Amino acid sequence: MNTNQPIYMDHIAASPVRTEVLEVMLPLLREGFGNPQSVHQRGQEAAEVLGGAREQVAALVGAAPSDVIFTATGSESNNLAIKGIARARRKKSNRVIVSAIEHHSILNPAKALTQEGFELVVLPVDGHGLVSVDVLKDALADGAAVVSIIHASTEIGTIEPIAELAAICREHHIPMHTDAWGSAGTIPVDMKELGVQAVTVAGQNFRGPPGASALVIGRGTPAKPIIAGGIQEKGIRAGQENIPAIAGMGKAAELAGREMEDLSARLMIIRDALISRLPAEIDDVIITGHPTMRLPNHASFCVKYIEGEGLLLFLDQSDIMAASGSACTSKSLKASHVLDAIGLDAATAQGSIVFTLGRENKIEDVDRISSVIKPVVSRLREMSPLYKRKEDGSLQ
Amino acid sequence: MALYSDKVMDHFMNPRNVGELELPDGIGEVGNPVCGDMMTFMITVKDNRIEDVKFKTFGCGAAIAVSSMVSEMAKGKTLEEAMKITNAMVAEELGGLPKNKLHCSNLGADALHKAIEDYRERRDSGEPVKKKVREEKKVSLEKCPYCEQAVESTTPICTTCKIQFAVCPECGKLAATSLDTCPHCGARLTAEKR
Repeated sequence: MNTNQPIYMDHIAASPVRTEVLEVMLPLLREGFGNPQSVHQRGQEAAEVLGGAREQVAALVGAAPSDVIFTATGSESNNLAIKGIARARRKKSNRVIVSAIEHHSILNPAKALTQEGFELVVLPVDGHGLVSVDVLKDALADGAAVVSIIHASTEIGTIEPIAELAAICREHHIPMHTDAWGSAGTIPVDMKELGVQAVTVAGQNFRGPPGASALVIGRGTPAKPIIAGGIQEKGIRAGQENIPAIAGMGKAAELAGREMEDLSARLMIIRDALISRLPAEIDDVIITGHPTMRLPNHASFCVKYIEGEGLLLFLDQSDIMAASGSACTSKSLKASHVLDAIGLDAATAQGSIVFTLGRENKIEDVDRISSVIKPVVSRLREMSPLYKRKEDGSLQ
Repeated sequence: MALYSDKVMDHFMNPRNVGELELPDGIGEVGNPVCGDMMTFMITVKDNRIEDVKFKTFGCGAAIAVSSMVSEMAKGKTLEEAMKITNAMVAEELGGLPKNKLHCSNLGADALHKAIEDYRERRDSGEPVKKKVREEKKVSLEKCPYCEQAVESTTPICTTCKIQFAVCPECGKLAATSLDTCPHCGARLTAEKR
């Protein structure tokens, strides 16, 4: 149907594993079956691989290797951070503070903690999705067991002022966690510079394999395990380590750290072309998230008067793959809570479209997206009763 | 496996009977943007049969395909036959729909039935044929926009996230006081206004 190469711009949902990473993993899947807890050679070989990966991941976020707790997914790391730290510090405070634009893997465990008697405080964000330092200050007046604010939103791309927010938490001696799922490996995430005590890192976001993520948590911050069992990962995360995936994540972290600067400079050009062209070329397209303080690989919009799933289906027919936060796109049929939190009305949020870039994307892709999306939007608007009303002037 | 059947994709990509009628005998409108989908059906009736039908839909692929299929199924049918078109029949004709999209087929059949009822009402009351004046439904905010907790309109504070709300002076809806602009209408919220 289309002789062009497919354009994949949904990298935050999933990304291909890098060849260099696969090369590290494949021999381990074939022969590296050892259990790092075993005394014998096979076990000690595995322990060595695990230690190497720990160093690589620690280096990516400016932490000590012993601070790295390997988990299976970003969601698990987030659950461990919010539940683990809150429960460990319960005697100090029963309050948990998060932002309104956290991923579900922070929001839902935080809500679940209210069943255990915790009080949940959800900080609002402004129209760009930024958490205000003053709002956090006010919320901290009554103390907290843990504060968790996302580093960069995967839905709207906005990068939060984590260093400033963490400084206030430090004044109050309250540990702060940041979910760097969408940012670690893409932009610098240095725990010392940010001043945070815990960070969620997902290997898949920087071309590692599925099945390996980490919660990097400083020595002074206690956390109770959510998976209890053996002594793996300092007893904070029991269960035999997924050595091949962890080794792959380590290699991916090393490569990402080395190439980050060049790659993000290149992707930013593509991102900015999308951000400047689509709203200029199509009427009633708004940019979601912050115009400049955003991930270098993230361009997100709302196309008014149409619904995102229809747009994605049409783009997919032209081999262009993107994402949407519209209600119809989600299995739960609920519009993205992030779009709601930045103050978008439900109809506008329905037109959400999100492009997340990866190393394979080229600046020419923007030309093709632009030429494909324009007629598709017109076509869907022709069908839309809302667009008709807008034309009539009868839309409020 | 594809998200939708070939038939759904065909009706979505090449929808039949999209548009509006100059002089409709009946108009049916269902849904609103808040629940995700919105459909408008227009019909003309001759000798108790649906002579022509056009639709407009704001919604997902399934919603558009359902509208298209309903319009095709209804054309040429007697009003009684058309009233018997059910959501299950529409979904079946489309080769099935994903479970969470079945509600879209309800909307399609509902919009058609509403258009027929509208025609009957006009016919019985002798009201002249004209396009209905649309009534915008005001959707009131019943949930905290930050945590989805129900917010009691009398106490503008969310009990879960402790966010103080103020009534937006422009649109009358609730807005968090920390915001500079009303999240619903974009009006500027100043300290005086609050």
